[in-house]
Amino acid sequence: MRNVVIIGSGPAGLTAALYTARANLSPLVIEGLDAGGQLMLTTEVDNFPGFRDGIMGPDLMANMRAQAERFGAEIKQGRVSAVTVTGSTITVTTDQGPIETTSLIIATGATAKLLGLPNERALMGHGVSTCATCDGFFFRGKPIAVVGGGDSALEEANFLTRFASKVTLIHRRDTLRASKIMQDKAFKNPKIEFEWDSEVLDVKDAAQGVVSAIVTRNLKTGVTKEIPVDGVFVAIGHTPNTSLFTGLLETDANGYLLTKDGSKTSVPGVFACGDVQDHIYRQAITAAGSGCMAALDAERYLEHLGQ
Amino acid sequence: MASDKVATFTDSNFDADVLKATTPVLVDFWAEWCGPCRALGPTIDAIATDYAGKVRVGKLNVDENQNVTVQYQVRGIPAVMLFKGGKMVDQVVGLADKAAFKQMIDKHLA
Repeated sequence: MRNVVIIGSGPAGLTAALYTARANLSPLVIEGLDAGGQLMLTTEVDNFPGFRDGIMGPDLMANMRAQAERFGAEIKQGRVSAVTVTGSTITVTTDQGPIETTSLIIATGATAKLLGLPNERALMGHGVSTCATCDGFFFRGKPIAVVGGGDSALEEANFLTRFASKVTLIHRRDTLRASKIMQDKAFKNPKIEFEWDSEVLDVKDAAQGVVSAIVTRNLKTGVTKEIPVDGVFVAIGHTPNTSLFTGLLETDANGYLLTKDGSKTSVPGVFACGDVQDHIYRQAITAAGSGCMAALDAERYLEHLGQ
Repeated sequence: MASDKVATFTDSNFDADVLKATTPVLVDFWAEWCGPCRALGPTIDAIATDYAGKVRVGKLNVDENQNVTVQYQVRGIPAVMLFKGGKMVDQVVGLADKAAFKQMIDKHLA
């Protein structure tokens, strides 16, 4: 029987691992395909305190990982298929067999949403992308579109102007959700153009197997427009990775895990941290902070059980 | 870092080592700056070991080998393509687990 199992290895999961490792609880971190979380898909992170010149997202995650391992956290690749609770025993079923634990910290994060258009999936890897840092390189000197109006959309748009001849930002409203500093940067960038009040109807051309244009409709005028682009980057928000916990843990209407008194979920011994329970802040530093809270909450829970 | 079972494909050896190969060839299109590509590395190494003798496995750096990259319309990485008899017969785009690659390879080995 383990003391603590942590599912997820982004900033929340690895901070929880660091704290529980330092509390001598020998945590096991199960990391999935997207090991390291969303920061693995970013470039410079300039808002993580302590790195005054910024740090690359993947480097930050490598540091967090090494720091947790330094205190004895065990990190294992695996796919979790089920979580069940019987009395005070939590069973985590993985592709390598079941693991029993007294406490569980959920840090499974959130995954980028797609538009849900029929051609979108077919053109993934051939012009449709959710990762500017992975795929921007392929659009050197070419026009592309970014869909979305939040911080991630603007960050991608700004980053992509390093490669693209022009970036058209398509947004459903006439104002941006993004932070002021990101907006200023985007408005000042001569390569970024805005298509306001517009929704995406289609991405062409599935028959050719590559992206050739994006079709939009202006929600105020009803006018449809075909914009020739070689790439479409989708940055319209995230869905929490909570399908594993349906029926076990309480969620809000959008599927985010509900927490109370810090990081406690609706099941004793099960704690949640990071983007899987936070649709408001969604920052590396808030994820890390909530990972610390979950670790301390799990530690207290284990102490109580022991008494 | 990479297993010695994993070959390095380039614009210049692609024809001889991939298209004219007698066994099926799995090509991992990747780049140094791509986090998910690095995450995929160990999976590709494991596939190379598991299929040694049956499928040739190798990596192609998209930064250094733009001819092949453009020819196969790669606009997103990681992209893993399976070649058989000089043709691209199947592909997996984005991060996937070992089972997904095995499934693709087994389908074409039969």
